Amino acid sequence: MTQTPDDTPVIKELAEIGRRSDTRDVLNHATKHALNKFEDYFIVDVDAHVSEDQFWEEVLELIDNDVWKQIGLHQFGSFGGGNALLNLAPGLSQQSVGGRIGHQGRREPVEGTEGHPFVTSARRGMDALGLDYQVVFPSAMLVLGMHPQDEVEVVLARAFNRWMTEVVLPKDDRLKGLLYLPFNTPEVCEELVEKYKDDENIIGFTVCSTRNNPVHSDVYTKLYSMIEETGKPLAFHSGYHWGDPSFAQLNRFLSMHALSFTHYNQIHVTNWIINAMPERFPKIKMLWVESGLAWIPFLAQRLDHEVLMRPSEAPGLTRLPSEYMREMWYTSQPMERTDLGMLEATMKFFNAETQLLYSSDWPHWDWDAPSTITDLPFLSDQAKRNILGLNAAKLFNLPVKRTRPDSEQTLKERPGVS
Amino acid sequence: MAAQNIKPLRDVNIGKYDELSTRERIVLDIDGKEVGVYFEAGEIRAWLNVCPHGGGPVCQGQIMPRTVQDVRPGGKSGGLGHHPTERNIVCPWHGYEFGILSGEHPIKGDVKLIPVAVRVVDGDVVLSV
Repeated sequence: MTQTPDDTPVIKELAEIGRRSDTRDVLNHATKHALNKFEDYFIVDVDAHVSEDQFWEEVLELIDNDVWKQIGLHQFGSFGGGNALLNLAPGLSQQSVGGRIGHQGRREPVEGTEGHPFVTSARRGMDALGLDYQVVFPSAMLVLGMHPQDEVEVVLARAFNRWMTEVVLPKDDRLKGLLYLPFNTPEVCEELVEKYKDDENIIGFTVCSTRNNPVHSDVYTKLYSMIEETGKPLAFHSGYHWGDPSFAQLNRFLSMHALSFTHYNQIHVTNWIINAMPERFPKIKMLWVESGLAWIPFLAQRLDHEVLMRPSEAPGLTRLPSEYMREMWYTSQPMERTDLGMLEATMKFFNAETQLLYSSDWPHWDWDAPSTITDLPFLSDQAKRNILGLNAAKLFNLPVKRTRPDSEQTLKERPGVS
Repeated sequence: MAAQNIKPLRDVNIGKYDELSTRERIVLDIDGKEVGVYFEAGEIRAWLNVCPHGGGPVCQGQIMPRTVQDVRPGGKSGGLGHHPTERNIVCPWHGYEFGILSGEHPIKGDVKLIPVAVRVVDGDVVLSV
């Protein structure tokens, strides 16, 4: 082996990545992807989580009901911790695969930094992933719709929305929020839409899909009219649940997760279309979040097939279900991509070029980087730009402007050694 | 002429085998090229620190025993267990797993890590990068 003095390599050791690693180190490769693949793209991440459960005590402090606040804070200080008042069922905490995926439930090292630690953590993630805007979403409340006590969903919804709009979102213009709607109590949803509809950082409204409420029920028609009037989208964020009797047959987390995340949005889309909600609320912008893409052509074909045979059961429709579905919007993650031919056909089927919005789901275990879109060989450059940001800008009325630092600068400030 | 941009491989001495092999794994950035070097069962392997799934830092994750599904007589499930010897590299981004020695995904073997040539020369561990 020969090495001349001029040839002496610069060698540095890279540390193991774990739960306490700096986000910029965990995502160092993604920052390099941003630099090399999509530095000049405008990018909006429509669904990310940042792990606000670390700040759950701050949310509990904002509960406006004395009794639930006392119970919540008591649970927080004793056995509940970051899950106080929530409804986490047995088995639903296996996301990290026994600790293999450390950023699920991560604890960002923010000691010595200024500002709110949630914002610090979110900024690091945005800069490292190459994002101009990020919509942050309450992952802690994903299964709150299954809580047996509606009033708990109500008090947490009010408190969480205050925390988002008063504590987090005003701190960084790149962070945006979707208002959590306590869908089990329609009149409170109406109250919250009225209260926050003009908040410029609230760019839409969201229902956590994991629940058993029929979305076509007349109890929601006033709510839909109000949302339609705001011009802001209504998102259904899917989730998981192991308590459903059908899912109780599944013995692995991955089995339950794979099926339940598509299950709830399939139920809601079916009810929405078969009950002719797109005809009754033609201006409402519907966005379906975190079910991936493969379910879309399955459900559309299935509903088309049956509607043609049984039109008397869907008499409010003037078009096929697939046509309504092509006018809705969808987020990309977790994007199935083990068969690119199938993915290409799927994207073509629902006009992904105009209807698909990139989402990362960071820092959850099945997150997707923007390179999942830029690496697709069959998309045009314009289609990639639409999916990664321009479609979202149009849907959410966001200014198309670069807000993130250069990736080179991000890499320079934090070279990813850990 | 793209070929002109391809740098020829060169040998890089990363240290004494006796010292390095007391560690199970070391991940190095060598002039911007990231390599994980593994010392397992008396053998050495070096893999590029790039996951074939999403380009994640695959070598910087955990090392875990390979999980196996035991099957009892009659096809009955013996439940999950850890393989007594085989250990996997786990990508910290999404959990893709690869055998330390084979570099192969345990279920889909053609999803594999990219090898980096490694050898011991006069007691030194030498990578071709």
